[in-house]
Amino acid sequence: MSAPAALHPPAAVLEPRPTQVAMEGDEMVLSMGPQHPSTHGVLRIVLKTDGEVVKEAIPHLGYLHRCFEKHAENLTYGQVIPFTDRMDYLASMNQNFSFVVAVERLMGIQPSEREEYIRVIMAELNRIASHLVSFGTYGLDIGAVTPFLYAFRERELILDIFEAASGARLLYNYMRIGGVMRDLTPQMLDKVREFVEYFEPKIDEYNELLSFNRIFIERTASVGVLSAEQAIAYGVTGPNLRGSGVQFDIRRGDPYSIYDRFEFDIPVGQGLHGTVGDCWDRYYVRILEMRESVKILRQALAQIPAGELARRPKTVKPPKGEIYSRTESPRGELGFYVISDGTTNPLRVKARSPCFTAMSVFDELARGAMISDVIAIIGSIDIVLGEIDR
Amino acid sequence: MDQIVPAAHGLIAWLAIHVWGALGLLNQLPGELFALLVMVVVGALMLVFLSLLPLFFVWLERKLSARIQNRLGPMEVGGFHGWLQTVADTVKLLLKEDLVPAGADQRLFKLAPMLAVMASLAAFVVLPFSPWLIIADLNVGLLYVVGVGSIGVVGILMAGWSSNNKYSLLGAMRSAAQIISYEIPILLSLLPVVMLAGSLSTRTIVEAQAGFKWFAFANPFMPLAFLIFFIASLAELNRTPFDIPEAESELVAGFHTEYSGLRWSFFFMAEYANMFVSAAIATTVFLGGWYGPFAAGPLWFLLKCFALIVLMMWLRWTLPRLRVDQLMAMCWKYLVPASLVCAFGAGTWYLVINHLRGGTAGTFWFWS
Amino acid sequence: MNSIRNYFMNMWDGIYTVLVGMKVTWKNGLLRPITVQYPRERMEIPEGSRNQLYCNIDDCTGCLACERACPVACITITTSRRGAEEEVYTSTGVRLKLAVPKFDIDMSLCCYCNLCTEVCPTECLVMTAAHEFAVYDRGDLIYRFDRPWQVQKGILPPAVPDYKPKPKAAPAAAAEPAPTTG
Repeated sequence: MSAPAALHPPAAVLEPRPTQVAMEGDEMVLSMGPQHPSTHGVLRIVLKTDGEVVKEAIPHLGYLHRCFEKHAENLTYGQVIPFTDRMDYLASMNQNFSFVVAVERLMGIQPSEREEYIRVIMAELNRIASHLVSFGTYGLDIGAVTPFLYAFRERELILDIFEAASGARLLYNYMRIGGVMRDLTPQMLDKVREFVEYFEPKIDEYNELLSFNRIFIERTASVGVLSAEQAIAYGVTGPNLRGSGVQFDIRRGDPYSIYDRFEFDIPVGQGLHGTVGDCWDRYYVRILEMRESVKILRQALAQIPAGELARRPKTVKPPKGEIYSRTESPRGELGFYVISDGTTNPLRVKARSPCFTAMSVFDELARGAMISDVIAIIGSIDIVLGEIDR
Repeated sequence: MDQIVPAAHGLIAWLAIHVWGALGLLNQLPGELFALLVMVVVGALMLVFLSLLPLFFVWLERKLSARIQNRLGPMEVGGFHGWLQTVADTVKLLLKEDLVPAGADQRLFKLAPMLAVMASLAAFVVLPFSPWLIIADLNVGLLYVVGVGSIGVVGILMAGWSSNNKYSLLGAMRSAAQIISYEIPILLSLLPVVMLAGSLSTRTIVEAQAGFKWFAFANPFMPLAFLIFFIASLAELNRTPFDIPEAESELVAGFHTEYSGLRWSFFFMAEYANMFVSAAIATTVFLGGWYGPFAAGPLWFLLKCFALIVLMMWLRWTLPRLRVDQLMAMCWKYLVPASLVCAFGAGTWYLVINHLRGGTAGTFWFWS
Repeated sequence: MNSIRNYFMNMWDGIYTVLVGMKVTWKNGLLRPITVQYPRERMEIPEGSRNQLYCNIDDCTGCLACERACPVACITITTSRRGAEEEVYTSTGVRLKLAVPKFDIDMSLCCYCNLCTEVCPTECLVMTAAHEFAVYDRGDLIYRFDRPWQVQKGILPPAVPDYKPKPKAAPAAAAEPAPTTG
């Protein structure tokens, strides 16, 4: 089936990046290779440094490419969902959510009220879990080992809730086109309430231990400053954008599901300890977002109606057409561009990965920084290679 | 069993009589030879004891870090909370392939770990566990320790250079800069102590702190000197927050990236032995050495060392690490001026008090 | 003046935040460790957990829905017609028209998504909570459910304690007792 011509843009002439890096004078070429404790996945960064100062940073991607988009063309819509799990495996519920919202918009169906609330609860819990990983691993990169363990201790509780609800701990495949996989029992909701009460004071502890620690501030403040104009120009979204002072959140700006019923703030970076848009701001925005997620969870738990799950369509056959739909994943704007030709398999699924655009700004941030700062910058952008490479 | 016990008794009695008799012969040795013999025996005992100490500290660090992080740490090997874990790890390291990179400078590569260990073991010589339990009471003890500790830098530089690896070189350079810079605050913070004690000999310094007149509180400036010494020694030891040279998350393993097996364990052992030396020096010089509220002796010395080492470990697991230039800034902009202030202040204090009391002042505040 | 003030504020801030951090680690150090010493103690697996797959072959109608639903194509089924005179029923009384001589699930390919269990009409395919099924040979991960139910080299659990076949809406009139597990 030939796709319309509009889908094939004129082939751009791209010059291949040279594999041999040209060196001058005293420069050293350092390859932070695919196996490195701090690159948050299989990422290879070639650094051209002059002593300790970085002159150029070239990321090499593709080590985790699994042909998700091509593969999706051979699967039914329902079968694509487990594959979206595996893109950003730390925020699997949000990935499911995004794809399912896209197909539902294309089909014009909606799940029941209870399912909407369940979806929001799961998505926000997963946002907390993902930010906990980001917080913990950032501390690990900067040298503080202990916050990592504390973050994972809290995350275990979230994963236990997910295991009770969906059956799996990391890759949930929980949302379905038109609803969710299973209902939540009252015990599960109680567990979520318990977790919320247990977790909120822990955020203050993390602040005392890491966020306001002088050494941490010295390492991250005024490092890797991303101005608001740069961020918007590169298309950076999510906590990275909000860390630069731009108050844009898709849950507020382009609401999907039932997010317009909840009251929550959009934290932005204010340069409390340095310049607006530095690594500390991006990190602190994530900490504040955890608090906001707790707020949303409380409201959702209070408002969730009793009820039945909706009848889901037996076979998912969206009408011919295409749609780009975006949601706010913990890493930014996760968008799915789905083209349907009326059959059970999508014609094309394109995933707009927020980490990919965040990685594109990395070279600019890393110029002029020291090698230790490069680590701090990567950690603050919070990338997951599964999503970058798909 | 019925036959073994009496036989054992008999053996012990025989040994006691004959060895004791043999020792009696020692009385007839000339004085210097006797002194030499004592030095050698005590030295050998201390060497064994102090080589086993890092094993204990590694276990302690793992248990302590585990407790701070809400987990258990080693539990299996040896039954009781995994006390033999370090031994098992050492055996594993011994069994590893001895890998010397092809492009590495062979001789320097093999020499470097030995230098690092030599530096830390050599410093044990002047540690006063108790008035008689010193290997050698040099009258320049303190100077000797600081001097010998610097040999470790040579070992690290050798390791980084000979590994033929960019990461190692970077780590070694950083480490050399760090250690050399932090020697200055260490020396300057030891200066007030030498002024108060009037001698560089470690035993004399401890004896000057008799009667709870610890040098750490002898002056309004001394607590600051203690703090500076502690922070600077953390930097000397390459411990967090100053562990940039071995920053795992940045340079893989810094200057010992290419080392594996027993060679690596030498560096590891050197670090923990150095930790003990630093804690021991701090104890001798600031915390009153072997004195305690009752039954003064080596046990108090070890207890105080212990407390300081636990503090070092606690700090390691709490703090992130400083970047190289911030590390240097901290040394030169904060620690050096502060330690100069200490030295100056302590000396002026002593002079003023001495003058006011007409030349009869002691070391401790106004009343001696 | 400002830089002098900053200098001393930096010093104070540094020491103060370090002490605050140490207080946090001290507090956490006093909590009970949360380690579960596996294999002596085990964590509780909630029911409904998605781990090992199990198929009660006697209830399989050979509809191939699971094979079609699997996103990674790890299920291989072949069916053959039963003769008209063969009267075999599932445990809920539905008459089986197809025999299933081959029902293989390659667990090394399975992505544990649960889509196959959702479409099974008789719910003979379930995901159990058994999670300790590591084997030494990759070939042992191909579960062949077509054999009459027996423990294959100790790989499959000998009994699935909470497996209850879901009765269909109107069980057929002839509720002849079906042959249960051999």
